Amino acid sequence: MTTATKTDAALFEFALRMGDNAVVLAQRVGAWCGHAPAIEEDIAFANVALDLIGQTRMWLGLAGEIEGKGRDADQLAFLRDARAYRNALLVEQPNVDFAHTLMRQFLFDAWHHPMLVALKSSADARVADIAEKAEKEARYHLERSEDLIIRLGDGTEESRQRMQAALDALYPFAGELCAADALDADLAARKIAPDLGALGERYLAYLKSTLADATLTAPVGAAVRKGGKQGLHSEHLGYILADMQFLQRAYPGATW
Amino acid sequence: MVTAQRHGEQIDRPPPPAAARPAIDQVWSWLEEVPDPEIPVVSVVDLGIVRAVDWEGDDLVVTVTPTYSGCPATAVISLDIAESIRRHGVEKVRIRSQLSPAWTTDWIGAAAREKLKAYGIAPPEGGARCVGDLKNPVVECPRCGSMATEQVSRFGSTPCKASWRCRDCLEPFDYFKSF
Repeated sequence: MTTATKTDAALFEFALRMGDNAVVLAQRVGAWCGHAPAIEEDIAFANVALDLIGQTRMWLGLAGEIEGKGRDADQLAFLRDARAYRNALLVEQPNVDFAHTLMRQFLFDAWHHPMLVALKSSADARVADIAEKAEKEARYHLERSEDLIIRLGDGTEESRQRMQAALDALYPFAGELCAADALDADLAARKIAPDLGALGERYLAYLKSTLADATLTAPVGAAVRKGGKQGLHSEHLGYILADMQFLQRAYPGATW
Repeated sequence: MVTAQRHGEQIDRPPPPAAARPAIDQVWSWLEEVPDPEIPVVSVVDLGIVRAVDWEGDDLVVTVTPTYSGCPATAVISLDIAESIRRHGVEKVRIRSQLSPAWTTDWIGAAAREKLKAYGIAPPEGGARCVGDLKNPVVECPRCGSMATEQVSRFGSTPCKASWRCRDCLEPFDYFKSF
């Protein structure tokens, strides 16, 4: 019983991490709807946000099922405070401009896709099923963000400067995605989730080669900014949740 | 639980009253009449969304799989399927969602591809494995048949489509992306 309880608690946290990354990034990216610099990119970000919201439903639905207290995906998304959120700090960073938004998306997608590929082999069938579905969408997202990073990095002088500024600001947040804590180690030992150390090496190698293609340079020796996975967030998350959760807070239980 | 695949064998158990329990094949033929809410020229069966139809006790269980995990049409499709079956006199119907195997455009048959094209949507090119391997598929313009076409955006008006245009007839069109 002890083992089962421990597994469930860890898996609950893990499902929150995956789901919270998706919902917070979806909320950020969705804010471009109606404001992107070109209609095609407006549509692209809206579609990426939609995929991420769908993935949120799957991950937070699983979290609620594991927790077994009757909370569904909506309740987990709309009724938890910032300290209970488990997303990495990267996804809550502000949109700033199109360059920052794209760079944040690229740094996330470049981790998200290989992570989901690895999770397709999870010892937990529910995790593997979600990963199988989400991986195809994440691959499509990565194809787009890689393409745009290279085109804008290796673009005009202004686009290159903006992309470099975005990379300088956001690169310190990339490390958290592959920084394993005790929970990650526990899940890796149980073959439920991959070894983040090995994933991290491939992630950094991929970033290095793609950023080189984009003529961009990652900052050297930047300290890794982390804490989100344990619920210690930047000030930005509270504002995101205030916006996202307003309706359920003001009108508890409201449904469409 | 009694399971029968689409062209399944005779179900081996005492037959209930005919009106109360239609054959599985009959149910599939009803579902072939349920249009996709966004692309009504093809049915939910054409798109490969319906994975199985089973009797479980007195319940008719329709197993469906989402195209894209956030596609807003998914909920409408489940409602439409249940409503269609109830309209045919089966009261106890349940919709079950199944994620694996993940939906792929490879499940869209040749006839459905022709219907998409006639409707003005270029059907998916090649196999779904082309995602990632084939970033620039050659897509035929569904209006004039020209192969001189180009991608405008990797995304489109619904999650399943990308935006393209024809360099010959100059018309924009939707491409049902390989996935």
